[in-house]
Amino acid sequence: MTATLQENPLTEGLERLPVHPTTLVIFGATGDLSKRKLLPAIYNLAHEGALPETFFLVGCSRSDMPHGDFRQLAIDAINEFSRRKPDPKVLDALLEHVRYVPGTFDDASVYAKLDKTLDEFDEKAGEPLNRAFYLSTAPSFFPVIVEAIGKAGLDDVGRAEVRCIIEKPFGTTLAEARDLNKRVLGVFREKQVFRIDHYLGKETVQNLMAFRFANSMFEPVWNRNAIASVQITAAEDIGIGSRAGYYDSAGALRDLVQNHMLQLLCHVAMEPPARFNADEVRDEKAKVLHAIQAPTEADIAQMAVRGQYAKGTVGGETVDGYLSEQDVPSDSNTETYVALRLFVDNWRWAGVPFYLRTGKRLARKVTEIAVTLKPVPHLGFEQDGSLGIKPNQLILTLQPNEGVSLALAAKIPGTRMRIRPVNMEFLYGTSFLSQSPEAYERLIMDAMRGDATLFTRNDEVEAQWEICDPIVHTFENTPGPLPQYEAGSQGPQEASSILLPGDAWRAI
Amino acid sequence: MTVRDQVWTAQDTSPSEIEAALRRLLVEFHSENEGYWPARVLNLVCVVDRHWSGEIANRLRGVGRYHASRTIVCAVDGRRTKLDATATIATDAEPKPGEFALLRETIVVECGPHHLEHLDTIVDPLVVTDLSTVIWSPHGHWEALDSLRRLAQVVLLDSVDDPDIDEALRRACSFSDDLYVVDLAWLRSTPWRERVAAAFDPPARRADLGTISAIHVRHHPDSVVAALLLLGWLATRLGWEPARLMKRGEGLYGKLGARRQDVEVTLEPQPIGVRGLAGLTIETARGESLSLDRGEGGLRAVRNDHAWTILGASRGESGILGEGIRQALLRDKTYRPALNAANALLHL
Repeated sequence: MTATLQENPLTEGLERLPVHPTTLVIFGATGDLSKRKLLPAIYNLAHEGALPETFFLVGCSRSDMPHGDFRQLAIDAINEFSRRKPDPKVLDALLEHVRYVPGTFDDASVYAKLDKTLDEFDEKAGEPLNRAFYLSTAPSFFPVIVEAIGKAGLDDVGRAEVRCIIEKPFGTTLAEARDLNKRVLGVFREKQVFRIDHYLGKETVQNLMAFRFANSMFEPVWNRNAIASVQITAAEDIGIGSRAGYYDSAGALRDLVQNHMLQLLCHVAMEPPARFNADEVRDEKAKVLHAIQAPTEADIAQMAVRGQYAKGTVGGETVDGYLSEQDVPSDSNTETYVALRLFVDNWRWAGVPFYLRTGKRLARKVTEIAVTLKPVPHLGFEQDGSLGIKPNQLILTLQPNEGVSLALAAKIPGTRMRIRPVNMEFLYGTSFLSQSPEAYERLIMDAMRGDATLFTRNDEVEAQWEICDPIVHTFENTPGPLPQYEAGSQGPQEASSILLPGDAWRAI
Repeated sequence: MTVRDQVWTAQDTSPSEIEAALRRLLVEFHSENEGYWPARVLNLVCVVDRHWSGEIANRLRGVGRYHASRTIVCAVDGRRTKLDATATIATDAEPKPGEFALLRETIVVECGPHHLEHLDTIVDPLVVTDLSTVIWSPHGHWEALDSLRRLAQVVLLDSVDDPDIDEALRRACSFSDDLYVVDLAWLRSTPWRERVAAAFDPPARRADLGTISAIHVRHHPDSVVAALLLLGWLATRLGWEPARLMKRGEGLYGKLGARRQDVEVTLEPQPIGVRGLAGLTIETARGESLSLDRGEGGLRAVRNDHAWTILGASRGESGILGEGIRQALLRDKTYRPALNAANALLHL
C-alpha cells in the first residue's frame, strides 16, 4: 500500500474518521435544547476522543452573561444531562477556552464580536479553522441569523469550510419553508446546509436501510404485489408537559408527521440507492415524496383525521384532557392526534395505502412500522376451533424495544390441522454489545465532517410540506371542537374512517 | 450490576449436564416473566489458572456493557481430575411492562491439566451455535487454545503480556492464519492512530505524509509490541520499506526507507502508570514536527511551537478489555499487515 496525496491512507480501517479542526458556534446556547442535548453531546464526543484535534466552542444567546457564567451553565447542563458521568479533567479541558457572545440576533455588533472571537481562535490554532454555526433558536430567528452571518462575511473563510446546522421546525407552512430555503440558500450553498431531523440520527432509523438493503429475503415481497398496507405509528403515552407554548401553535401534524413520519415512510418506500452517500440517498427519498399526491381540500375529509385527548387514565393515574393542560387555551383547536392515509403513486407502491398516525396520551409509547402482506390465495386448513389465520405481518419496532417481529401462521399442536398466528421475534438489544450513540452526537459529528446523508435536503423539506400544507390549511380553517379521545386509549374512534375496507389499525 | 440471578452447581459433572441445566434455568426465568430474553451476541471462552480466576472475573466485571452474552470460564487446577461446574444466569434489570431485560450466562468449569488437550470436547456443547466464539487465555495454556481453534472465529490476545517480544509476535502471526486476532496491544494504539490520521487529514497537511523523516515512539517498558505495531501500521499505510531495528540503550533504533527519504525510527521505554504508548513525535523533512503525549483531559499536542490539548478520556485497562470484546464483532483489516511489518522490524 502506498500513500497517495489524494486520499489519506491512514484512515483505512479506523472506526472513527477524522473531523477537521473546527469552531462550533451555538446560537441559542442557553436554551433548553442546548442544555439538554447539544452541550452533553459535545461533552460525550470529547470524552470519547471524537472531537476534532482542535475544537473551540462559542455560545451565543440573548441572555447577558460573562464567559465564566456560560462556562458554569455548560458544566451544570453536562453534569445534569450527560449520558455518562463527566470526567472533570476532560470537562475542564473542553471548556477551558469557551467563549460567550451575548446579544440579540438581529444586532450587527453580535456578529462583529463573533468574527473577532472566531479570528482569535484561528490565530490560537495557527490556521483557519472550519466553522459550524448551529441554529438552536426559535425558528423565527433562523433567517435573521443566516442573513446576518452573510452580511458579516462569516460564511466564507477562504481555506476553511463553513457549515450551517439548522434545527427543526424548518418552516411551519410550505410558504415559510420555501422562503426560509430561499433566504438560507441566498447565503450558503446547499452542501453547507445541514437541516436537522434528529430521527435520522437514530440508529433505529438507519437500521431500516440495513434491514431492507442488506437482506435479500425482503426485496422480492417489498412491493404492491405482496404488500396490502403499511402502518407507521408514533404513539406517546405522555401529554404535552410544559411545552404548551410550542405545541399549541404546532400540533401533531407539524410536530411529527411533516418531518419524522414522512422520513420513516421514505425509508420504507424508497428504491435502493446505488451508493449510500448523501445525494444518492436523498435523491431516492425525494422521489418517494414527489410520488405522494398533495391532497385537495375535498380529499382531506377522507384521508385525514385529527383528535384531542380528553381526561382519562394513564398508568393507573387520572390525567387531564388537553384543554385543561396548563397554558392551553380552553378553545384550542390544536390536534394532539392525527392519522393520515397516503398513497405513493409509483410502480412499486401503486394502490398500497400508507397509514400514518401519531398522538399524545395514547395507550403506550411505541414507534413502529407494520407491513401487512396480502393473504394467501387459498386455504385448505380447518378454521374451526382455531384463532383463524391472519395475513403475515412484519413489524419493525423503533422504540422502545428496537426489533423485528414476523407474524406467521403455525399449526396448533394436536391431532387436527388447526392453525393460529405466532410471532417470530428478533430484538436488536439482544444481539449487539454497543449502546446506540445519542442522535445528536452522530449528527453533530456528521455535520462537522460535512456528511449530509442524515440531514434533510431543501427539496425534501419542500416536498414534505407540499403533502402536509393543504392538511394544515384545512385543519386551521375547520372549526372545532375536535373529536376527543380518552387519555390512555387507542385514539379517536373517527380514525377508522380513513381505513380502506379490510384494513384495521394495529393495537397500540 | 446484577439484580437477579439463578445458579446451578454440580460436582463431577459433564458438558451435557451443564448444557441441560442452562436450558432449565432459562425456561425458569422465562416462565416467571416473558420480558426476560437471553442476550445472543457472542461466546467468550476463557482459559485461566484457577488461583487467578478471581482476578479475571474482576476484569470481566469491569468491561461495562461489553459483556459477552455467554461466558465460559475454564479454570485450570493442577490437581483436578474431574469436572465441577457452576452455571449462572443473571440480569442487570427487572423487565418493565412492555420492555425486556437481558440475561447473560456464565459457566465456570473447573478442570485439570489433562483436560486441556481436548478442551474443545468440553466447550463445544456449551457454546451457543451460530454465534461468534472468542477464545482468550490470559495465563498461557496455549495447548488449550490450540484445541479450541476449530470452535473459534476470534482469538483475544494481549501481545504485551509476553515478556518475549519475538514469541508474542510469532504467536499473533500464527493465530492470524486461521482466526481473527483481537490484540489488546493493538487496541491500546487506536487513539494514537486516530490522532495521527487526523493530524494529516486536512488537505493542506496531507502532502506532509510523504515527507515524514523521523518518528519517535515512547512506550511503557512492557509495551514494546504496542510501539512496534504502531510503527508497523505507519510503515504499511505509508509504503515504507521495513528494516531491522537495532538495540540502542533500553530502546530500539533504525531507519526505514520511504519513497523520498529515510525515516529515522526510535522506540524508547518511558516509565508511565499504564500499559501502552506514552507519546510519539513525528518530524518531516520540511522541519515540521508533531508531538502527542498523555496529558490531563486528553493528549498534550505540540505542533512546532504551538501546544494544546486534544480532548479524550483514558479508557483504562478494563475499558481496553471491553473494547477487545466489542472488536470481536468487527474486522480491522489493517492489523495483520501492521503485525507482519512489526515482525519484519525485528527479524529482517
